[in-house]
Amino acid sequence: MDQKNKFMNPYLAGVLLGFVLLATIYITGRGLGASGAMKSVAVTTVRAAAPDHYESTAYYQDYAADHPDGPMKSWLVFEMLGVLVGAFLSGALSGRLGLKLEKGPGVTNTTRIIGAIIGGILFGFGSQLGRGCTSGSALSGMAVMSFGGIITMLAIFGGAYAFAWFFRKLWITR
Amino acid sequence: MAPLIPEIISPEYNYLIALIVGLGFGFALEQAGFSSTRKLVGLFYGYDFTVLKVFFTAGVTAMIGVVTLSHLEMLNTEIIFVNPTFLPSAITGGIIMGAGFIIGGFCPGTSAAAAAIGKLDGWAFIGGATIGIFAFGEFYPLLEDFYLAGNQGPLLFYNVLGIERITFALILMAVAIFAFVATGMIEDKVNKKPVHILSGNWKNKTIAAAIPLAVVLILMITPSRKEFTMEKLEARAASGECKPDLIDADKLAFEIMNNYYQYNVIDVRSAEEYKAFHIATAINIPLDDLHSTAYRKLLNQRIQTNVFYGASPAQAKKACLIARYHGNETSLALNVTAEDFKNTFYGEISIPENPTKSQQTIALFRRRAAEKMKEIEKNLASREKPVQQKVTRVQGGCS
Repeated sequence: MDQKNKFMNPYLAGVLLGFVLLATIYITGRGLGASGAMKSVAVTTVRAAAPDHYESTAYYQDYAADHPDGPMKSWLVFEMLGVLVGAFLSGALSGRLGLKLEKGPGVTNTTRIIGAIIGGILFGFGSQLGRGCTSGSALSGMAVMSFGGIITMLAIFGGAYAFAWFFRKLWITR
Repeated sequence: MAPLIPEIISPEYNYLIALIVGLGFGFALEQAGFSSTRKLVGLFYGYDFTVLKVFFTAGVTAMIGVVTLSHLEMLNTEIIFVNPTFLPSAITGGIIMGAGFIIGGFCPGTSAAAAAIGKLDGWAFIGGATIGIFAFGEFYPLLEDFYLAGNQGPLLFYNVLGIERITFALILMAVAIFAFVATGMIEDKVNKKPVHILSGNWKNKTIAAAIPLAVVLILMITPSRKEFTMEKLEARAASGECKPDLIDADKLAFEIMNNYYQYNVIDVRSAEEYKAFHIATAINIPLDDLHSTAYRKLLNQRIQTNVFYGASPAQAKKACLIARYHGNETSLALNVTAEDFKNTFYGEISIPENPTKSQQTIALFRRRAAEKMKEIEKNLASREKPVQQKVTRVQGGCS
């Protein structure tokens, strides 16, 4: 790996991320988030694919009531579009663009993709139950010292540590 | 005072701002290496603690920033979004997310950063997460009770521990610094390198840790801007330089009887005390709430003069000083307590034997005033009550 591809010093990146979060709170009064944008996508898909079901399900109707201009017109959707562009710019600057699949040693591509999908399903489900993911609940929650946010953070990392041993073959060979 | 939206920046710009902060968020995530799944899970196998370093540094930085801005009264922490606490669902959801993290190798934000630079597993994770969210929506009727159990509202961690906010900030920072040192040592050990307490440039690291520590310590020893201003105002009031103008009970009664619409009578006692008795036409804003931005407009009405009264003259004076601090120069403080006012007009009004002319006049006036004030209060009972709502909290989180 040459110098250009190196990642930023983690503490420096942390301070940068911290100031982005602080600016967000200062300007909008809310924190950052991520899973909410995927919720918008999920709700939009349901609305397009099964309009009757969408109309008759209280859960989606509650969501529609909170988002009168449609599920995609949500703060987090715009924020996540920014994330995609920002990460792309960063990757382009540091020479990290390219279609790739990153996986542990001795893991097939199929296993990795299936793992990513299953992990995504669990994370998506958990983020709804826990009212936010690592960004919206844990990180933003820590910034405003939310009890629930910090508890969710501990549960996420604690859970990952607890399960790490069982899935070690996905990541390390031991 | 921030948050800038909606008071200073129009909410119409909110989506544009979302896009811009998203850019910064994505850039920072990718630069930190969060687009690499092996780097992310390294945390859980001990070979790479980048995630912990970035995550904790970001959280502590933002937290110290929030506390500092609030200390300087540049940010109203009463109205910023605080994730509500529902312990059963937070813990269960968190553990499920933990499993998703170790199996999928991402969390939603990092998967987007990975997907943006072309990582196929990032896209797969996003697809999975969308399915997971859809599944939650479909199973919601079964999960609803559990999801809504144990609502504790926007609970703050330092309130749970019963400590000061700044003490909690200091503790969290100490935990972070300890974690950075400890994980650095674990990382060395797992990667079979010689273990150092502070590897790399220890001088820079010490300085980096000292700066936020210094900020927190400064915040601990200095008074907040609100405290500072109140102290100054009180000192000036004590030296007689900035005396709040006083109004006495008879004068106030007279004004209420004749020109009530020119006065904004404000009871700064508690809501219960207000309910038990209040002067005619008075509205209730407890003293502690008077600083709230919700009442700024109400206190600064040009055509009306504020008259404050409380359970003690000192309370009324303090309220008057607060109003003055927020820009109202004409506020008055009643020179007697609410109780005294009640006794003066609604108590036994006796005329001594062989009254002087003025004693007689006053007694008659008070009797008449009591009746008239009762009448006015009755007539105004159905009027629209002035602003009683508080500024609502910003909505946020992942909904």
